[in-house]
Order: sequence, then C-alpha cells, then structure tokens
Amino acid sequence: MKILYFAWVKQKIGTDKENISLPASIKNTGALIDWLMEKSPAYRETLSNKNVIRIARNQVYCGWEEPVTDTDEIAIFPPVTGG
Amino acid sequence: MVRIQKEDFDPGQELEQISQGLLSVGGIASFLGLVRDMNSQKETIQAMELEYYPGMTERLLQEIENEALERWPLDASLIIHRYGRLLPGDRIVLVATASAHRQAALESCAFLIDWLKTKAPFWKMEIGPESAHWVEAKAEDRAAEAKWKR
Repeated sequence: MKILYFAWVKQKIGTDKENISLPASIKNTGALIDWLMEKSPAYRETLSNKNVIRIARNQVYCGWEEPVTDTDEIAIFPPVTGG
Repeated sequence: MVRIQKEDFDPGQELEQISQGLLSVGGIASFLGLVRDMNSQKETIQAMELEYYPGMTERLLQEIENEALERWPLDASLIIHRYGRLLPGDRIVLVATASAHRQAALESCAFLIDWLKTKAPFWKMEIGPESAHWVEAKAEDRAAEAKWKR
C-alpha cells in the first residue's frame, strides 16, 4: 500500500510518502489511521483528530469506514485550500 | 479544459483563445485569482507555496468542470491553476466560461471558483517575515459552495 501525505500532515510526520504492507487485520481507513498512529508520537499527534484531516483512496475522497486493500493508494491531508 | 502548471499564464491570451472559432459564443465570464500581500488576519505575506496531489487534483478539477458543462449550456470552459512558489501580485488561478448568453457564463464561472475553493486538492502555505503557516479552509468558502447544491 502506498500512503501519501500533504501539507502540515507531511511536515509533522516527516515524509511525503511511504510504502507499507497492510496487515490483514486492517479492514478500513479508520483502522488504518489508528494503526499508523502507533508508529511514533509524531504520527499519533498528527493523525489523532479526524476532524482536521481528510483521506482519499485511489484519488477519490472517502470516509473512515472505506474498505482498504494492500494495492490501494491512500492519501492523508488537511482540508483543501485551492482557488 | 483543465491545466495545472507551475508557469505563469497570460489571461488576455487565454480569454481570446477560449472561444476561438466558436461564433455561437455571445459572452465570456472569467475570474482571476491573485496572491495578496496580506492575509485576513492582516499579516504580511512575502510568498506563498502551493502544493497539489498529482493525479487527484487533475481528476477533481475535471469533475468540477464536467459538472459545470452539465448544468449550464456552455460552449467552452477553462480552469488554469498554478502551483509552486508565488509572490504577491502573482496570478494563481484563472476560471473562464463561454456561452451564448451571459447568465450561463456568469453563473457557471462563479460556481467553478466556489467549488475550487473547497474541492480542489491544493494546499497553500503563507510565508511571512518571521514565520510560515498553512492556510486553513474557511467556513465562508464552505457556505459559498453550499449555495450551488441542487
């Protein structure tokens, strides 16, 4: 699974992307976030408030119950500020 | 037509080209977004950095444009959005729509920029004299987007 980070999420976690092997026990995006939070204090602090982050699966916005597979591209980012 | 690019663009040239050869066009509406030297909290902006998500940003901009083309009788539409490091006065975004009559052109143009503000995957960092911070999504932008819901 490829995970991309943008803006202050990228800055706080310290990387813009990583590849992981998705554990079989992780079934959806919410569980993925919870699992990522265990990686380090930086991950925990960055991802702990789901109200201030958004997630996309294969470049489509999704919620926290979206099923995930090991071949997905996941992106985690703050609410967008384009235009 | 959707373009995401680092380089500057010429709004005059773009508006001239948008409806070239389309003699059914009676009106072209446009919005040009610029970098200001001060933000809403009256802090000085010396530069702005825009990040985007290659792949998703193009797709979402195309989706937004497709919705405009479906909702209004447009002969042409254009979204150009820059990324990278910009300075106050620089052009960030151009939205333009062309139609036989003004109502469709004006409304769809407003729709596109309102949706860009809340849906387009870009992230802006404002760089001031002493610090830099990420711009936060605004409640009034979400309210503007809401008025286009059908």
